[in-house]
Amino acid sequence: MWEIIRANQRRAATLVVLMAALLLLVGYALGEALAPGAGLGGLFVAFVVWVGLTLISYFRGDSIFLALSGARRIEKNDNPQLFNVVEEMTIAAGLPKVPDIYVMDDAAPNAFATGRDAQHAAVAVTAGLLESLNRDELQGVIAHELGHVKNRDVLYMMMVGIMMGAIVLLADVGARVFFFGGGRRRTSSRSEGQGQLVIVVVALVLMILAPIIAQLIYLALSRRREYLADASSALFTRYPEGLASALEKISHSTATLASATRATAPMYIVNPLGATARGLADLTSTHPPISERVRILRSMGGGAALSNYEQAFRSVTGRAGGVIPTSALAGGEHGPAAAPTAPDTSARLERVRQTTDMLWRLNQYIFLTCPCGTKLKVPPAYVGREIACPHCGALHMIQCGAA
Amino acid sequence: MIILLVFLVLVVVVVFWVMGLYNGLVGSRNEVKNSWSQIEVQLKRRHDLIPNLVEIVKGYMGHERGTLEAVTKARQQAVEVTGSVEERAKVENALSQTLRSLFAVAEAYPDLKANQNFLALQEELTSTENKIGFARQYYNDAVLRLNNKIQMFPSNIIAGMFNFQPETFFQVGAPEDRQVPQVKF
Repeated sequence: MWEIIRANQRRAATLVVLMAALLLLVGYALGEALAPGAGLGGLFVAFVVWVGLTLISYFRGDSIFLALSGARRIEKNDNPQLFNVVEEMTIAAGLPKVPDIYVMDDAAPNAFATGRDAQHAAVAVTAGLLESLNRDELQGVIAHELGHVKNRDVLYMMMVGIMMGAIVLLADVGARVFFFGGGRRRTSSRSEGQGQLVIVVVALVLMILAPIIAQLIYLALSRRREYLADASSALFTRYPEGLASALEKISHSTATLASATRATAPMYIVNPLGATARGLADLTSTHPPISERVRILRSMGGGAALSNYEQAFRSVTGRAGGVIPTSALAGGEHGPAAAPTAPDTSARLERVRQTTDMLWRLNQYIFLTCPCGTKLKVPPAYVGREIACPHCGALHMIQCGAA
Repeated sequence: MIILLVFLVLVVVVVFWVMGLYNGLVGSRNEVKNSWSQIEVQLKRRHDLIPNLVEIVKGYMGHERGTLEAVTKARQQAVEVTGSVEERAKVENALSQTLRSLFAVAEAYPDLKANQNFLALQEELTSTENKIGFARQYYNDAVLRLNNKIQMFPSNIIAGMFNFQPETFFQVGAPEDRQVPQVKF
């Protein structure tokens, strides 16, 4: 059962090695092209850049990422249900520690996991997600995120992402040095003869191609990991429909996540930037099309094991085997409009109220109930001042931490 | 000389192989133990939560003495039971049963359903119930992995040599137990 995960890790390791080789090759070619015989120096520079970036991201990556996303840590009292769901999934996944839980104040439903290993893991969800999903669906999403943690995807994505960054950086620096600072060298290379020219051409081609290759490797890895996390989610919850219906709800949302950038996009459960370039969706997307993910989850035939998912994956993607992916035919990630599974509007209102209350509390708003029954939520700036209830006109003194 | 060398290499390979198999077995056994302790933590938590629930519900459900007493009695049995996994599974399943009927009955009391403390407790107990379920799921997977290793060739030879015993699954009980109880008014 876990063999699939292990095989996937081997594949990821191969890709990491491949990327490292590409990175070092770029460094070597760059050095050799700039000054004959300096190839080893270039290799060394590439290596140092890579190791430096990797160390920073290994030890500080999760906090940098959480800060970039604007997520804030919450305690159990802020949202008991979310905490319980995360605890349940921690047990189901057999993780050693309950991850830290963060909330992003954003209407776009989305979620991500971060942390280099299970001991340092954190999950973050948006307010929009808490508002629109019921308990089963939330469970499916959290299970997907903990699947990333369990499979150590965060670490792999970080490693590969950093290498991609280093390759782009080196290629960029190389191009600048080459075109703007290379006059002196060009005269000397004329006397060196043909050999040097070949190396220069090779270096140029590498500098143009390497970032593209690196990016494609990165994206392929990212998509595969999403499928695997979906499979893990089905396995942990034993209820693929939960995640399927959650993904559907998320895909119907039109809001885009304000804090997401192209660099952080692969970390989220669905692509936070929306489906822009649908024509190239296959090669240049960090995530597989949602409609396809939903269809795979729904054709698992009553089973929830990884093998069921693998079978469903084969049958669903096998059917799509033409040049144009069926998802593109069906209208991309937004898919055909399906009827909501349960018209639970009253429950949704309740969730919206709870979530906004939670956000207000996080922002240190003061909650008080007027004798006339009106519930007042007052910004912290009013502490020490008197306000009148808008309904009955009764005066209230705002004190710090009033109930 | 060469034959001796080949022989030595073979011996080393076999020793490492046996070591790997043995460590795998120990790892699986520890995983079973660890996941069982997870179940126990959650069962204990449920035992601790139930008196609070009974206390709150008592005020609202005067007519449902029988349901409340059944919960209290089932909890007492579950706290006191010591013995095999099978026995414990049986009493704990009975407790789940009575709790489920209590929550089903509570649906008929709108005042109770409006009580914030009751709602919070209900979420806690439902979640604990889920946690027991997920812990059991993980435990059963761990038991399956261990039992497979103990029974499958070649690790069964090592398991036999070091006396590894197969563990018992935590069963959910008979199929009719799993159905939601019918409540009549």
